Amino acid sequence: MRQLKDPDLIDVDASEAILSSELGEKGIRRWTESILPPILLGMAFLGLWYFISYVVLDEKRRFLLRPPHEVFLVGFANWKNFSEILAGLWSSTIVAVIGLALAITIGLTLATLMSQNKLIERAVFPYAVTLQAVPILAIVPLIGFWFGFGLNARVIVCVIISLFPIIVNTLFGLLSAPRGLHDLLTLQRVSRWTRLRKLMFPAALPAIFAGFRISAGLSVIGAIVGDFFFGRGDPGIGQLLQRYANRLMGEQLLASIIMSSLLGVVVFQLFGWIKEKAIGKWHQEQSG
Amino acid sequence: MKTNANSSAKVLSLSKVGMKFPDGTEALRDVTFDVEPREFVSIVGPSGCGKSTILRIASGLLKQTSGEVMVDRERLGYVFQDATLMDWRTVQGNVELLAELQGFSAEEKKQRARDAIELVGLKGFENHYPNALSGGMKMRVSLARTLTLKPQVFLFDEPFGAVDEITRTHLNEETLKLFEHECFAGLFITHSISEAVFLSTRVHVMSSRPGTIVATYDIPFGYPRSPELRFDPAFGELSGTISHALKEAHA
Repeated sequence: MRQLKDPDLIDVDASEAILSSELGEKGIRRWTESILPPILLGMAFLGLWYFISYVVLDEKRRFLLRPPHEVFLVGFANWKNFSEILAGLWSSTIVAVIGLALAITIGLTLATLMSQNKLIERAVFPYAVTLQAVPILAIVPLIGFWFGFGLNARVIVCVIISLFPIIVNTLFGLLSAPRGLHDLLTLQRVSRWTRLRKLMFPAALPAIFAGFRISAGLSVIGAIVGDFFFGRGDPGIGQLLQRYANRLMGEQLLASIIMSSLLGVVVFQLFGWIKEKAIGKWHQEQSG
Repeated sequence: MKTNANSSAKVLSLSKVGMKFPDGTEALRDVTFDVEPREFVSIVGPSGCGKSTILRIASGLLKQTSGEVMVDRERLGYVFQDATLMDWRTVQGNVELLAELQGFSAEEKKQRARDAIELVGLKGFENHYPNALSGGMKMRVSLARTLTLKPQVFLFDEPFGAVDEITRTHLNEETLKLFEHECFAGLFITHSISEAVFLSTRVHVMSSRPGTIVATYDIPFGYPRSPELRFDPAFGELSGTISHALKEAHA
């Protein structure tokens, strides 16, 4: 027995060793293939930044692009400055969240009504497209004129800018349920409500979440654009960006830009995560 | 469009059914045939001859423009060309769907789904989502879903057209087993002659434009049928005859 067992043991050990070395190799390969390249590019970018700050710009013009470490020290490491940026970011986030919530509510309702009645679809769709086509900056003064220059106006800009993708994606999703499944439900003589709840709405979820993701990004943009024009109340990040630019506070300006970009990325990732949690089990992305 | 729950011996009857679409296409003309209990009737014909239209009319999805259809629609099962599963439901959830829509109790619904899943050999896959299943397995889920309502008549709309030849052979054998075991009547649409002969008690040959039945063959083989039947000389001869009739109809 022992004689039989020993080679077995050795085999197991050997195969485990092979396995772990393979795993190690895989880890290294993943690192070199997917993590290293963006880090290298980031470092090259920082290098270019330093090069422009110190070599291209002479000292008198260096305020145009402060070197990275100064941006960090003044914009991030100085709590007074950084907390001002965070407060502005928070205020804009609130606006974006309220705007997005309204856009989702209005968009889902409109798209559902449109899916139930061709007449409503035909009536509403041209206006939804028009809303999308109106240059937002062209109606901004009107919004201020009607709704004041505070929170309401900023939220309305967010809604207008983020509504269209939700309507279009939801409608497309609701109408995407396969004909065979519709027939199946027709044979069971289900009500309109059951058809919507058990077939059209679940079938629409992937498209709806794709719409949410686009709109979430747009509502952040909407909040910042709104800030530029409607400054009453707590200053949003857009207000601060404008203020820093006017006062040539380059470090804070760049820090604010980095933070607003970060907000956009976080929102995008968050909605990707929500989508994965909600429908990842059954829905696989076609691309990537 | 009358329903006919008991009395006569037919579970499905079409008489002089015609279908003209609003664009002027005449899809069917004078289609007449019956399906009796425990009969398995196949209709063979080329693509586009209106075979599927017959099922849509029989099930009530489409209203014929002339003729009469008699069937009990409460006891009808429809197996579609593709599996038509809900991606967001597991195998269990998909199989429960029809019982759920019919308002069965949770207990009854679960029990029927369990039985049907076992019957089609998918035990152990209850919690899989359709995206993790092969084409043949999806068709089995679709069959199981229809089985939960214990239909009197099964309408099959070229159900195995999209799967590969080997899977198709398997599914044919399993359909046959279900037919022998569950005692339903079947109306099977296909463009495969050997599939039709292998499964059926009777085969109708259809011509196209307008679709109508041009020849009918009774299949003399008894049940249970073994897979080897396909290699029986009589099987080959009958298939040849039907194939010839099909060619005549479209010459």
